[in-house]
Amino acid sequence: MSDVKKFMYLNRRAPYGTIYAWESLEVVLIGAAFDQEVSLMFVDDGVYQLVKGSDTSESDMKNFMPTYRTLGDYGVRHMFVDQASLEARGLTTDDLIEVAWEDWETEEEVDNIVEAVDADKCKELMAESDVVFSF
Amino acid sequence: MADLYTVNKSPFEKNSLEQAIRFSADGASILLIEDGVYGAVAGTAVEGLIKGASGAKFYALRSDVKARGIAEDRLIDGVELVDYAGFVDLVENTDKVQAWL
Repeated sequence: MSDVKKFMYLNRRAPYGTIYAWESLEVVLIGAAFDQEVSLMFVDDGVYQLVKGSDTSESDMKNFMPTYRTLGDYGVRHMFVDQASLEARGLTTDDLIEVAWEDWETEEEVDNIVEAVDADKCKELMAESDVVFSF
Repeated sequence: MADLYTVNKSPFEKNSLEQAIRFSADGASILLIEDGVYGAVAGTAVEGLIKGASGAKFYALRSDVKARGIAEDRLIDGVELVDYAGFVDLVENTDKVQAWL
């Protein structure tokens, strides 16, 4: 298993206004086929990607919020959110969606892999990643 | 009649809202659309931009607010939600439209 690398997807853009968030999601889903250790990090306006309650019925855009909720099934093990970015936007983790994770082989389950972390933890997580993809 | 300014960028990422406010004449209308609607939320690090602007009237496009999961009760007091028809009315009732990108 020495081939397993730690992939981090770093998301810093709001959803909908630009294509970055959607493109990141697509790459995460494609990358799921490669059996790597995948985590997502949400910083700056990227934290808006996880805000629940999105309703695109009046705006002719695809609501891709439900896709985030399935990420646990696509091998994403952690979704980290920068605490300072949340605070600057008047948000708390209560405003964010929850994403469940389950290991089909060991039946290990985690109710919610979305976790707010401080800057030191963000720094550490980025440093220990083998590859960081920026969106 | 005064002008209508539109702002479509997040105030956390660009200074479009700040500059639109800075250069707006008294009586101007400022309409927040797309990622610009994040500027209309109360309790953020940038809420002072709109709260401190006295001469302009602020609007936010309802469909963009809803798409981003922003509840109406989290908007800054005085920001009025408009739909597409309201957007058209604003355009009709102002001299010209200037976009802050």
